[in-house]
Amino acid sequence: MTSLYEEVAPEPAAGVPVRRVTITVNGERRSADVEPRLLLAHLLRHGFRLTGTHTGCDTSNCGACTVLFDGAAVKSCTMLAVQADGHAVTTVEGLATASELHPIQEGFKDEHGLQCGFCTPGMMMAAKALLDENLDPTEDEVRWALSGNLCRCTGYQNIVKSVLWAAAKLRAQAGTDADPGQEQP
Amino acid sequence: MTALDEIKIGGLGASRKRVEDNRFIRGRGNYVDDIVLPGMLHMEILRSPLAHARIRSVDASKAWDIPGVRLVLTGEMMATRNLAWMPTLSYDTQAVLATDKVRFQGQEVACVVADDPYIAKDACEAIVVDYEPLPPIVNPQQAMADGAPVIRDDKENQHDNVIYDWEVGDKDGTDRAFAQADMVSKLELHYPRSHPSPIECCGSIADFNRATSKLTVYMTTQAPHIIRAAVALVAELPEHMIRIVSPDLGGGFGNKVPVYPGYVMSILASILLERPVKWIEDKSGNLISTGFARDVYLRGELALRRDGKILGVRMHTDADHGAFFSDAQPSKFKIGLMHSAFSCYDIPAAHLTARGMYTNKAPGGVAYRCSFRVTEAMFFQERMVQAAADDLGIDQAEFRRVNFVRDDDFPHRTAFGFLTDSGQYGKCLDVGLEAVGYQDFLLQKAEAAKQGRLLGIGISTMTEPLGAGNSREFDILGIKMFDSAELRVHMTGKALLRTGAKTQGQGHETTWAQIVAHELGIPAEDVTVEEGDTDTAPFGMGTYASRSTPVAGAAVAMVSRKVRAKARKIAAHLLEVSEEDVDWELGRFYVRSAPDRGVTIQECAAAAYSNMPDGMEPGLENNAYYDPPNLTWPFACYIVTVEVDPQTGVWDVLNVVAVDDCGVRINPMIVEGQIMGGLTEAYAMSSMQFITFDAEGNCVGSNYMDYLLPTAWETPGFELHEVVTPCPHHPIGAKGVGECAAVGGPAAFVNAVIDALRGTGVRNIDMPLLPDRVHEALTMRHDVSGAPPVRTED
Repeated sequence: MTSLYEEVAPEPAAGVPVRRVTITVNGERRSADVEPRLLLAHLLRHGFRLTGTHTGCDTSNCGACTVLFDGAAVKSCTMLAVQADGHAVTTVEGLATASELHPIQEGFKDEHGLQCGFCTPGMMMAAKALLDENLDPTEDEVRWALSGNLCRCTGYQNIVKSVLWAAAKLRAQAGTDADPGQEQP
Repeated sequence: MTALDEIKIGGLGASRKRVEDNRFIRGRGNYVDDIVLPGMLHMEILRSPLAHARIRSVDASKAWDIPGVRLVLTGEMMATRNLAWMPTLSYDTQAVLATDKVRFQGQEVACVVADDPYIAKDACEAIVVDYEPLPPIVNPQQAMADGAPVIRDDKENQHDNVIYDWEVGDKDGTDRAFAQADMVSKLELHYPRSHPSPIECCGSIADFNRATSKLTVYMTTQAPHIIRAAVALVAELPEHMIRIVSPDLGGGFGNKVPVYPGYVMSILASILLERPVKWIEDKSGNLISTGFARDVYLRGELALRRDGKILGVRMHTDADHGAFFSDAQPSKFKIGLMHSAFSCYDIPAAHLTARGMYTNKAPGGVAYRCSFRVTEAMFFQERMVQAAADDLGIDQAEFRRVNFVRDDDFPHRTAFGFLTDSGQYGKCLDVGLEAVGYQDFLLQKAEAAKQGRLLGIGISTMTEPLGAGNSREFDILGIKMFDSAELRVHMTGKALLRTGAKTQGQGHETTWAQIVAHELGIPAEDVTVEEGDTDTAPFGMGTYASRSTPVAGAAVAMVSRKVRAKARKIAAHLLEVSEEDVDWELGRFYVRSAPDRGVTIQECAAAAYSNMPDGMEPGLENNAYYDPPNLTWPFACYIVTVEVDPQTGVWDVLNVVAVDDCGVRINPMIVEGQIMGGLTEAYAMSSMQFITFDAEGNCVGSNYMDYLLPTAWETPGFELHEVVTPCPHHPIGAKGVGECAAVGGPAAFVNAVIDALRGTGVRNIDMPLLPDRVHEALTMRHDVSGAPPVRTED
């Protein structure tokens, strides 16, 4: 169980309302006592120490904080932690297994889809939400799916390629390709 | 024994996958806000809602009453410690916390340190500030007007709002050139205010340890060593007791070069409280208070001969620096390298006058993906060039070709005094024109015009000075602009490399290792690269202005050569021949007369610790401080085609062709990534990304709702081409590249839209080319100039 913000002030000050939340984060049930106004992004980052989820703006525009909420891409700075009570959240830390990267992660590295890396976790989670729905997206569909996420370094072209690379690999893995040999990245 | 394959060991020219990605794709980067120290407190800043106002009083008593609040700082309290003001990197002063007046909206007025940032924010809201509003000045024209209020009345000898009047070039020669001209082409332009806006905002964690007297600051800085020197001066702490750590940076683009009040306050708070204090800026704080860029007005004139030859250039610029002159410019050049304009053209005479003004806007004028105002310089240049070609009725590509410095004219002294050293300008233009299908497009455009469709093509060609210094001409606060590298080769032939630069997405951890691989034959994967910690990295000026590869990258090559020189002595010892009889091939020394007899660099490394020659100092390491003999001069040609909708003024990009000659490419994949990033910023600047102010001095563009950045949906695709002219003085022939497309790109987009409007009499629309501005120009048949006006709500 974690405290209000970090581990700094384990006892809430008098008069501060506290709610217990239980969230399944990357497959693991975790609980915390939080102020009702605490943002989900802050609980993930500071309470649960999952710092791969970044916060880049105050207005839910940049998408660096994108996580999967019951499988859908959401901006975790737009949600209160208490709204996540009883739900499942997947963060970038939940993409890879101990031994294996997710094809989206491989794609970003292979196609040089990142530079400073700050927008990358959010981009990858938005891409995951897309590919979970559509294993064979067009370039336009990828661009549209990522249009809630800002990147200042790459110019997006390589990000789009990274997602298409991952889609091809996922299709090959799923054996859904008519001719995987041709599309293997 | 076959020689090593350089590409296989990740050497020069290998599109090696990036090392740093391994942590970033796992969400395991280590940015400032990811760092937690035991007992850490959190700081938030209260900012001024007004652009110009006298402070009557600040009452923080209610803030102190909130549980969890540990410290409230006001200007008055800072003043008692002589810390209300701090020096800037341009010999001005800047308020840390306002005492007498606030001078821009968003200025720091107080700060609160508390157990968590939510409490600190609550406490900021509980601080009551009584302001007496003063008339705000929101542009240089107002600042220069008679009777304008003096913004910097804190400065003893400041009786107006002028920061500097500066000139460069040959006034008389230029006047003579204009007297001989067949025609003079004039253009007035505004490069609007913008913000580098990395997705990660600024922040710091100051940790003062009373027991050791050591101050450690984790912070978002592109130039940790400059910050260490600045902190030593401002906080009057001994420099060896200050450690600045710049961890992973979520982009910089020039925004993270200056010293900001938030850093200073977190340091003071940590010293007072003896606890670590974290300050993480929010996005609006970042956009309204930290280093903006551009905001320069130009009056430009070209003296022309009828056959298309440019005889002379006259430029006057008025720069809006905001309330404090706080951008980092080389101290000799007040308007940065504005006078690098027209360096790719052979022009006999040029003269530039520049004036800098204070206004009630956020301070800055930083080099946003830019070498000190070259972005403005090249934009002005290429807009003036297109206007001149149109005025003369000469094809825009041909006009450029006529005036280019020719390949056999290097080294070439420009009219403003720079020495360019290499390039193939005509070839780059040819590659670009062919790629875009120039002649076909002109036919297509004429055909489309018959159906009332508006197609346009814009060209921008430029060479720009990258890689400050040389130390003769370049310093910041007197510190010369060299850079450094330190290389340790361990006993097993693995290595650790540290430089005075600081990566923020450029991929130094990958590319520096490639230079070592190229020089020593040690596989890149065997080289760890570290930067950003002043306790371990050698002194350097940091990463901005595309200077990493030209300066620090050169230092990496030079230190590798020093290590190789020592390894050669060891090799001679191991091979039992004299040093003169030893030759080198990648990764291996061998006996010249018996090439089969050789030792690898790894065997030399082992011997350096276990079997060194008599009298030789053990170990295999060295450092190099590199003072470049000149700037590097990459060249680029960007060509954009667009279609403008005459009904709405909306313009679509049809094609973007980029031809970059940045000399030898260390890692082509990374270079192309840099170019595409720059092109996107160019598209952003030309189409949507700007900050403006209303008449009251309210910042419009203070968040991502108003400050528009292109997403994957709007951003066009790019077609990249390459020409290679090695830099003659750089050890591996490389030139800077990171900013080229952001510098040269905007004019290509604007020129394309103006070209589409040819025949309407419209010569200029100032950026951003928002649809309503294009539509106004098109329907009213007049120029649209200046920052977009913003209606003040009644």
